[in-house]
Amino acid sequence: MKKSLRSLLLATALVTVSYSAAFADSVWNRGANSDVQSLDPHKTSTVEEANILRDLFMGLVTEDPNGETIPGAAESWTVSPDGLVYTFKLRKNDVWSDGTPVKASDFVFAWRRLLDPKTGSEYASMGFPLKNAEGLNTGKAKPEDLGVKAVDDYTLEATLKGPTPYFLEMLTHQAMYPVSEANVTKLGSDFVKAGNLVSNGAFTLAENVPNDHIKLVKNPKFWDAANVKLDTVNYVPTEDRAAGIKRYEAGEIDSMNDFPTEQLADLKAKFGDQIHISPELGTYYYIFKSHKAPWDNPKVRNAISMIIDRDELASKVWQNAMLPGYSLVPSGVKGYETRTMEYSETTQLDREDAAKKILTELGISPEHPQKLEIRYNTSENHKNTAVAIQEMLKPFGFDVSLVNTDGKTHYSYLEQHGDFDVARAGWIADFKDPVTFLNLGHTGDGNNYGEYSNPQFDKLLDAAAVEADPAKRMKELSDAEAILMADVPVMPLLYYGNHNVVSPKLHGFADNVMDKHPSRFVSKD
Amino acid sequence: MLRYVLRRLLIAIPTLFLIVTLSFFLMHVAPGGPFDMEKGIPPEIKANIERVFHLDEPLWMQYLRYLSNLIHGDLGPSYILLNFSVAELFRVGLPVSAQIGASALILALIAGSAFGAIAALRQNHIIDYAVIATATAGSTIPSFVIAPLIQLTFGLTWHLLPIGGWGDGALINKIGPIITLSLPQLATVSRLMRGSMIEALHANHIRTAKSLGLSDFAVVVKHAMRGALLPIISYAGPAAAGLITGSIIVETIFQIPGVGRYFIDAALNRDYTLVMGTVVMIAVFTIVFNLIVDLLYAVVDPRVRYD
Repeated sequence: MKKSLRSLLLATALVTVSYSAAFADSVWNRGANSDVQSLDPHKTSTVEEANILRDLFMGLVTEDPNGETIPGAAESWTVSPDGLVYTFKLRKNDVWSDGTPVKASDFVFAWRRLLDPKTGSEYASMGFPLKNAEGLNTGKAKPEDLGVKAVDDYTLEATLKGPTPYFLEMLTHQAMYPVSEANVTKLGSDFVKAGNLVSNGAFTLAENVPNDHIKLVKNPKFWDAANVKLDTVNYVPTEDRAAGIKRYEAGEIDSMNDFPTEQLADLKAKFGDQIHISPELGTYYYIFKSHKAPWDNPKVRNAISMIIDRDELASKVWQNAMLPGYSLVPSGVKGYETRTMEYSETTQLDREDAAKKILTELGISPEHPQKLEIRYNTSENHKNTAVAIQEMLKPFGFDVSLVNTDGKTHYSYLEQHGDFDVARAGWIADFKDPVTFLNLGHTGDGNNYGEYSNPQFDKLLDAAAVEADPAKRMKELSDAEAILMADVPVMPLLYYGNHNVVSPKLHGFADNVMDKHPSRFVSKD
Repeated sequence: MLRYVLRRLLIAIPTLFLIVTLSFFLMHVAPGGPFDMEKGIPPEIKANIERVFHLDEPLWMQYLRYLSNLIHGDLGPSYILLNFSVAELFRVGLPVSAQIGASALILALIAGSAFGAIAALRQNHIIDYAVIATATAGSTIPSFVIAPLIQLTFGLTWHLLPIGGWGDGALINKIGPIITLSLPQLATVSRLMRGSMIEALHANHIRTAKSLGLSDFAVVVKHAMRGALLPIISYAGPAAAGLITGSIIVETIFQIPGVGRYFIDAALNRDYTLVMGTVVMIAVFTIVFNLIVDLLYAVVDPRVRYD
């Protein structure tokens, strides 16, 4: 008996040894809060796709572990004095995973493909700073007219339609990544399948099983392969956040980019500093239909904004997974001064008193209530937020009703300028520049759902769009935000937070406002 | 018999056509489309995408296009999962859902029939009450409660099962989903079996069999059970169609790559082709399993004949 027990133990030990030997490769099982829709850089739109494509491809510029822009496929670049012509010098040692060199012509091919109306690219607008880009996308210009040229194999020249100080930031977006001309021409839309995909990033695509996993393996031909420590990155979609955190606890995944925030207190107690919460470049806001009475009156809008206790929303409804927000542009953009609503510094009680004064002036009181309808898209948290706001507004004479529809219905209603009083929306920056937020208030912008129009605001934004001096441009944008925050056609409520749970075995994972974590800088014990 | 099968399959064609037509137009009644996002896209870009997917055409033309593709066996590309066609998604997902669903059904049928029969033989005995109580609990506790409980106890506390994932089809990854999926079925089957078994045991032919001096075993298994199985078979048909085509709750919580989640995901995303694909898939399975049930009747019940 004793002997057999010993041999059993020995066998177990052997199995354990060989098991861990087989897994000696460094593998990051990376929990992702949703599956991808496409790995074709020109057809993607979601954050999750951006995370995976960042590992697969390398644009002209790329991000460091802190999300800051650094040279990528281009080792250097120059900008003409008028800010219109960018000349990129490509790395001579940058090759595709099939061994062929990455040439300037691949970028030309990729950008023309992005803007080709036949591609049907959702993020074609990322290429719009290029000369003739919008013309090409609407079929009015030819691909050859697009402002991009391969001077030679290793020199790429991009010509812009106007100075675009955030052009380099936009180049970090996956829509601007190169694709291998030879590969795409040969395979058509199938080029994106595992086994076919040729990429120039730190990793290559090994497997893609929908709703199961996406396996990336280290690309030995990558120019900086010597510094890539992981052998494999498995992206594991974990839509059910509660199940995801259990998988994390059991060690099935090493990190997750979301967790059940309603359990935040318990999770913090259990996992301590493995729970990462950091500010994100994103704003959760309500929109007023700004030409509809009485919401066309900035005073009413401001009164409502004053009454809403953002601290309570952040702490009670969102368990501090979001931060109270008083500006449209969250802080975190270098060189930009965020402008908050002027009452953001006063106490909630003072704000409520001020609001009461305005409302009495306007004749809104519990005795003479004003009807207000809040529209929001389906989500437990959106509902709780709306209910909390309903409760906050009630004592001040607002008879708030709630209308809930699913996401698609909600956004198509807003886009088609449906009638509403107040509606929920959120904006997370695609690139690190204030203009991505401020455009929400520009007359005629597709995302200006409240149809706000203020010539003074538009003028500042238009001036900034052609301003070559970065400091002056940031000042103009900042002044524009000040107008928006005095008018509150969009009412910021909260700033989004990044929620990551990260195993202590992982190193090189740095919190940053863009929540970008390139796998090439991460290692695992 | 063969003629009966052929006739049934022929009737299935207009049925399917009706289902496809109704679903196609109902689906387009829902507001919004696949490309309405939180971040609105410029109208000219949206127009490009819609042109690529023929969504700019009048609805009747889209319908005829879909129908013609369908007749040629083409379920179209998914609008949301752009790297895969609907057929490819099913090719990967259906075997997963079918394995889990079929195993759950077989487990439910075998265990459920056994429990039901035992309860019937010990009617109003403590065993009977125990089976009824368990069955009631089994069918009232929803799977979104059972699944996390299994994960917590067997996964996190006892480390016997993985929390989730498909693990390339490893048996251990399937246990949790199969148990979760089969519990409510098991409960229903045992209740049905108990009821029909009690009825069968009081039937005339059983009394005759008993009076002829057949052994209890022969009477129960060969004669009573055979008749008692009929309601179970008619229940199992539609249940099989439902189980094999997956369960969104089980697949989402256990993170297994089946087709069950596509029903809901596709509808919420307005992924028109995938919605239609799932409708066609369920319809086909329902029709086929109902046919199988009818044929099984003839095997089990000598009074039923299809000529």
